Amino acid sequence: MRHAGVRRGLFLLAAVTMAAGAGAAEPTHAFVGARLVPIVGEPVQDGVLVIEGGTIRAIGPAGAVSVPAGATVHDVAGKVILPGLVDTHSHIGGGRAADGSAPIQPDTSVLDAINARDAGFQRARAGGITTVNVMPGSGHLMSGRTVYLKLRAGDTIEDLLIRTADGRVAGGMKMANGTNSRRDPPFPGTRGKSAALVRAAFVEAQEYRRKLEAAGDDSSKRPDRDLRLEALLEVLDGRRVVHHHTHRHDDILTVLRLQKEFGFRLVLQHVSEAWKVADEIAAAGVASSIIVVDSPGGKLETMDVAFGNGRALEERGALVGFHTDDWITDSRLFLRSAGLAVRAGMSRKGALYGMTMAGARMLDLQDRIGSLEAGKDADFVVLSGDPLSVYTRVLETWVEGNRVFDLERPEDERIADGGYGAGQPRQEALACLEGGGER
Amino acid sequence: MRPAAHGRTAVALAVGAAAAVCAAPSGIEAAPLVVKAGTVYTMAGEPIQGGVVVVEDGRIVAVGPAAGTSVPPGAQVLEAAVVTPGLIDAHSVVGLSGYLNQPHDQDQLERSSPVQPELRAIDAYDARERLVAWIRGFGVTTIHTGHGPGALVSGQTLVAKTRGETVEEAVVVPVAMIAATLGESAVVEEKGKAPGTRGKLAAMLRADLVKAGEYAAKRERAKESEPVPRDLRLEALGRVLTGELPLLVTAQRHQDIMTALRLQGEFGFRLVLDGAADAHLLIDEIRAAGVPVIVHPTMGRAVGETENLSMRTAARLADAGIPIALQSGFEDYVPKTRVVLFEAALAAARGLGRVRALAAVTIDAARLLGIDDRIGSLEVGKDGDLALYDGDPFEYTSHCERVVIAGEVFPGEQIRH
Repeated sequence: MRHAGVRRGLFLLAAVTMAAGAGAAEPTHAFVGARLVPIVGEPVQDGVLVIEGGTIRAIGPAGAVSVPAGATVHDVAGKVILPGLVDTHSHIGGGRAADGSAPIQPDTSVLDAINARDAGFQRARAGGITTVNVMPGSGHLMSGRTVYLKLRAGDTIEDLLIRTADGRVAGGMKMANGTNSRRDPPFPGTRGKSAALVRAAFVEAQEYRRKLEAAGDDSSKRPDRDLRLEALLEVLDGRRVVHHHTHRHDDILTVLRLQKEFGFRLVLQHVSEAWKVADEIAAAGVASSIIVVDSPGGKLETMDVAFGNGRALEERGALVGFHTDDWITDSRLFLRSAGLAVRAGMSRKGALYGMTMAGARMLDLQDRIGSLEAGKDADFVVLSGDPLSVYTRVLETWVEGNRVFDLERPEDERIADGGYGAGQPRQEALACLEGGGER
Repeated sequence: MRPAAHGRTAVALAVGAAAAVCAAPSGIEAAPLVVKAGTVYTMAGEPIQGGVVVVEDGRIVAVGPAAGTSVPPGAQVLEAAVVTPGLIDAHSVVGLSGYLNQPHDQDQLERSSPVQPELRAIDAYDARERLVAWIRGFGVTTIHTGHGPGALVSGQTLVAKTRGETVEEAVVVPVAMIAATLGESAVVEEKGKAPGTRGKLAAMLRADLVKAGEYAAKRERAKESEPVPRDLRLEALGRVLTGELPLLVTAQRHQDIMTALRLQGEFGFRLVLDGAADAHLLIDEIRAAGVPVIVHPTMGRAVGETENLSMRTAARLADAGIPIALQSGFEDYVPKTRVVLFEAALAAARGLGRVRALAAVTIDAARLLGIDDRIGSLEVGKDGDLALYDGDPFEYTSHCERVVIAGEVFPGEQIRH
């Protein structure tokens, strides 16, 4: 019943494709009849989406976009297609970077710690997530480098990496303030000390840069390589975005103050009390990735977390995205966060932008993902109906032209809904837990 | 699809608890209250399109189509797109487990001893806890709450309305069930301490139930001149053996569910299964035992002993005729509580359907808790507990606009900061 149409279309046209012969070098698919929500641009009621290889070739209304000869046609009438969802903060794969030896460890990376075979990855695909920022925990002022992953079919972390134009592994830097990073020595014991340690680290990196610049091309004058400071310089030079865990209104303002002093690029993460300081966040021109949870509390810093954060930030023109913080919320139900934000007054358009394009911008991937536009990666989700309805199912998830989740496959349905063995080998993913996840 | 077309016999077992039900609500509102709605889900028959509910002195005095129902003069009138009975959260720890999650507001689990059935929920329930008002905002008017899972026998539970400033004002059933847990979460981690294994959990529970039976027999035989000293612990367990109180057994893994059924067979107590993440593997066994299930939160985290949970379990059990209710459960971090409305919503979308999911948080939950003579449906004579929504109560983007408890009107969800 669910999406028999898609299957039927595939089946019928497989023969056509074969008859057409090996014309195109890359497999071409056309999705016909769905409501397309491109995010950039207006929705198309009866649309055609054409992908070739891993790239979107064309998108538009039926009639305006023709189905290329030899394309596999998918009948998706009555369905809704969104760009692949972007989860800007997750812990799938359970990776930890920094350890208990120091509060600031930019030389560590969660890249070296993620279990790519964790069931959390397929659960994220089941939720329509195609790109995810996997972060280390929040028990440190700086707990290490994050990685931006494409949820391609793959068993190793290398299969999922995204490369920047200059060939680096795409990712950010995880920072935190508030109570999680206040711990026994060598960690800071107060908020004042937390900020002082961060300032000292950035000042140290500035000094390191000065020495590097003074040495110029003279290698004999160069300071010894310092991997820790090199990573901090990436942050100061804007090549690595800071993803800053922060909850309380005063902690949010502290992050904004440090950002202004050192000029690093910043995405506020969680931002539980954003509604109290939305004007200040908007004035700073800083992006927020918010979480929507079912009740306040659970820890002192989240006593005033609100469904209305999305609305408060949107009304002031600030950039708002969403995250699962999986396993705080379930990747399979990521769209629910947008639904609840709309419940509290955010616009539907803004909430869907927040699930896709806003996240892409926060990860510097806006030229490749986040919207359905010709030339962008063929990352998208086929839904059974209204993206913000509890009754809607994620039917299929496609990453770079490959279907990585299909609700019609029994093994995928079991991941989507649960059942015996569905959790294995999933582990209790590290979330932003009290005490840095060392619970 | 009829609500609650299943399993009345097994649920009827739970009605004994109603014996302990407190006095009916005193009239809160002097003026009668009239609620008009596009759709009234009475949960006692088909939904009424264009319906009206009249509440006087805390109780429902009329329900029916607006056309044929007379409305008292001078009544306060509320309107909504959809009206349901006030929702029932069939198992929670709200009121004992506070939202701050600091030691001072966590009273759901006492770890000093593994078997403490004498711990009363009424001595711990905080009627002013912020989460009580939070869940009420989404339409929850009744909660079954108390000592939580995590100890072999953790204590007693109660049923309360989500109103009142003291437990005395809130309580509906002061002692509803005795809460027990089987499985790894009830195992004590400290080396050398019991219970340290599943086998020991079962052995200790059997031993205490046997002791409680012997104690009751001794008390019965004792001469007035030589009374047997009272033992609050064995008295409480004795109320399980006599069938006065159900034993609420939280058991997630299949082997633990089977142990619960085995003990129930041996001692004949009234068993209510709780959580039951693996219940989808044991449909025949649970049905044969005639045991109702308070199914884990639909969105519960699938880790550890709940790793096999399925969002479709409520539907599968209901399809098999097993009586079910839904719950918010227990959360030890963020969010501090789930909202049973949202859990029912997803269960509805995973095979249960709208009407059966509504039943699982209204009339079916009331039957399971033995309070359906007062609560759970919109019928004349029942408590005036209603939830008013601006659309399908289960949609993410709908709102609970107002809540009525025994005729007293409360604001709906407070989410728009």
